[in-house]
Amino acid sequence: MSRIGPTFAALKAQNKKALIPFITAGDPGRGMTVPLMHALVEAGVDLIELGVPFSDPMADGPVIQRASERALANKVGLKDVLAMVAEFRKSNDATPVVLMGYANPVERMGYAQFAAAAKAAGVDGVLTVDIPPEESTGVADVFKAAGLDPIFLLSPTTPESRVAQVAQAAGGFVYYVSLKGVTGSASLDTDEVSRKVAMVRHHCGLPVGVGFGIRDAASAEAVARIADAVVVGSRIVNEIETAPEGEAVNRVKMLVQDLRRGVDAASR
Amino acid sequence: MKLTDFPDSRGHFGPYGGIFVAETLMAALEELRIEYDRARNDPAFMAEFEYELKHYVGRPSPVYHACRLSDAYGGAQIYLKREDLNHTGAHKINNTIGQALLARRMGKKRVIAETGAGQHGVASATVAARYGMECIVYMGAEDVARQAPNVYRMKLLGATVVPVSSGSKTLKDALNEAMRDWVTNVESTFYILGTAAGPHPYPMLVRDFQCVIGRECLQQMPELAGRQPDAVIACVGGGSNAIGIFHPYIPHENVRLIGVEAGGDGIASGRHAAPLSAGSPGVLHGFRSYLMQDENGQIIETHSVSAGLDYPGVGPEHSWLKDAGRAEYVPINDDEALAAFHDLCRYEGIIPALESSHAVAQAKKLAPTLKKDQIILVNLSGRGDKDINTVAKLSGITL
Repeated sequence: MSRIGPTFAALKAQNKKALIPFITAGDPGRGMTVPLMHALVEAGVDLIELGVPFSDPMADGPVIQRASERALANKVGLKDVLAMVAEFRKSNDATPVVLMGYANPVERMGYAQFAAAAKAAGVDGVLTVDIPPEESTGVADVFKAAGLDPIFLLSPTTPESRVAQVAQAAGGFVYYVSLKGVTGSASLDTDEVSRKVAMVRHHCGLPVGVGFGIRDAASAEAVARIADAVVVGSRIVNEIETAPEGEAVNRVKMLVQDLRRGVDAASR
Repeated sequence: MKLTDFPDSRGHFGPYGGIFVAETLMAALEELRIEYDRARNDPAFMAEFEYELKHYVGRPSPVYHACRLSDAYGGAQIYLKREDLNHTGAHKINNTIGQALLARRMGKKRVIAETGAGQHGVASATVAARYGMECIVYMGAEDVARQAPNVYRMKLLGATVVPVSSGSKTLKDALNEAMRDWVTNVESTFYILGTAAGPHPYPMLVRDFQCVIGRECLQQMPELAGRQPDAVIACVGGGSNAIGIFHPYIPHENVRLIGVEAGGDGIASGRHAAPLSAGSPGVLHGFRSYLMQDENGQIIETHSVSAGLDYPGVGPEHSWLKDAGRAEYVPINDDEALAAFHDLCRYEGIIPALESSHAVAQAKKLAPTLKKDQIILVNLSGRGDKDINTVAKLSGITL
């Protein structure tokens, strides 16, 4: 069983929304990821998205591209990422962890072998950005059989006719990308997002996370009013990139505490 | 299903091809698939495509019997398919005209393209000027430096050239950046992909637009040589010139199809761009195919003297033809390609592109093993004007 469903259920019972941060594993250093994950939990996040570095992150903007390059310079591969999750699990058995990355590292390891290793390490869900439901035949089933939730994206260009198809393949939650473009793009139009999320809910019973364009407590609050989960990536990775040596953990903690206040303000 | 019936309706060539992209592009690719399906069944569209190929590109390109080169290589007769004589100097224009006509049909006024050697960038800038469209070309910063004349050509034609400084600063990174642009501007923008790769329907539609090469050869060879060739040789980077000449020959089972990859400093050196010869299947840039990758599934930096072959993947149909045993793929090293480049200059008065020189070099290896009345058809995919600085530098000459 994945930790994702129970986490969302518990939040709903408390009338709370989820805050989901993204960091790239191995950025800024190999040894920094597990401490960062614990700091995120201490700052009040509900689920962690952990980026698996890839040499060609086609769907990412410059901030996350650079994080991926730093992690690769630290020689961090998929096996190392799984080891980091296992390390995190030694002292945290509650917070769901979703791996987010591209198909090829997983393909190279083998889908079944990866699913077993990920489950053993304590991973709860997997989002492979470049495997849409059409290409996930077999893959999503392998993940589900191993007890991993296959997370899929929905975008402003997704036609309504496709949402049900995506929902069918998905597990855990669906991730609505609130803007066209790569990660780290400009600000978002909450009215438009609100309409789209309502449409998604019509076809999909899973919790809906919304990401792209969330930078501060105010935008986090605005999105938390609409969605079940607020996903923040580039803003956090940017904080890691620009923090002075040794300050990354503290800076991220302060930023995430602020985002948490924003998300909770939506529930009051 | 026959080999020529692929891809299937979802873009698969057996295990290869497919649509491996982020959700934001799915609708755009579906729109393109539907519109291309309509276009290729629309006699008016096909007639305009053919008109442009004839009157703007200068097709059909000739097939030429390279007698002195054949004598020098001491074996089979070598014939050259002269794609170097096309407008803009390479086969790339066949595809960019087809895609620009599709863009116009779909009401898109902004086109984007990636380029390695700059040939596809020039061909895209050319058709954008021809049809009055805005054109942005993404090019690796390293390629911008080594292909300066083509960069200036694109600017003359009104295109904006954007140097890409991420990753290895070459073609694969330019492709990543073009995809990012497309994700961001998907409604206004048509992505003119330069080779028979990328997500479905690109490998299919690029192949279809390039198949004019092989169809002409099927007609020209009996006229000129009295019969079809024993072997067809073409260089393979992404593989669009190769699939364009191979595909019409697939049903002709007696014709050997030989694709030539960039062997760089040699396969053993690890510094090459030969995924079919020394790679393994994986997923990159929206499709599954043979790739250059490490044990963690990261894409490896490639090397070739020829910017146009310097790519870690290959079009999915080539992976399929390799596994099916219908085509063979071999590497040619930088030094072998350079020797063939000079051979063609001196024996035939033709300066070939470094990419195409790889195919000539394979003919040099194959010809002596065949009889004098056997025939090798080489796709001379482009001319070498763009490469004279590179060749001069390798010879220790500053121009």
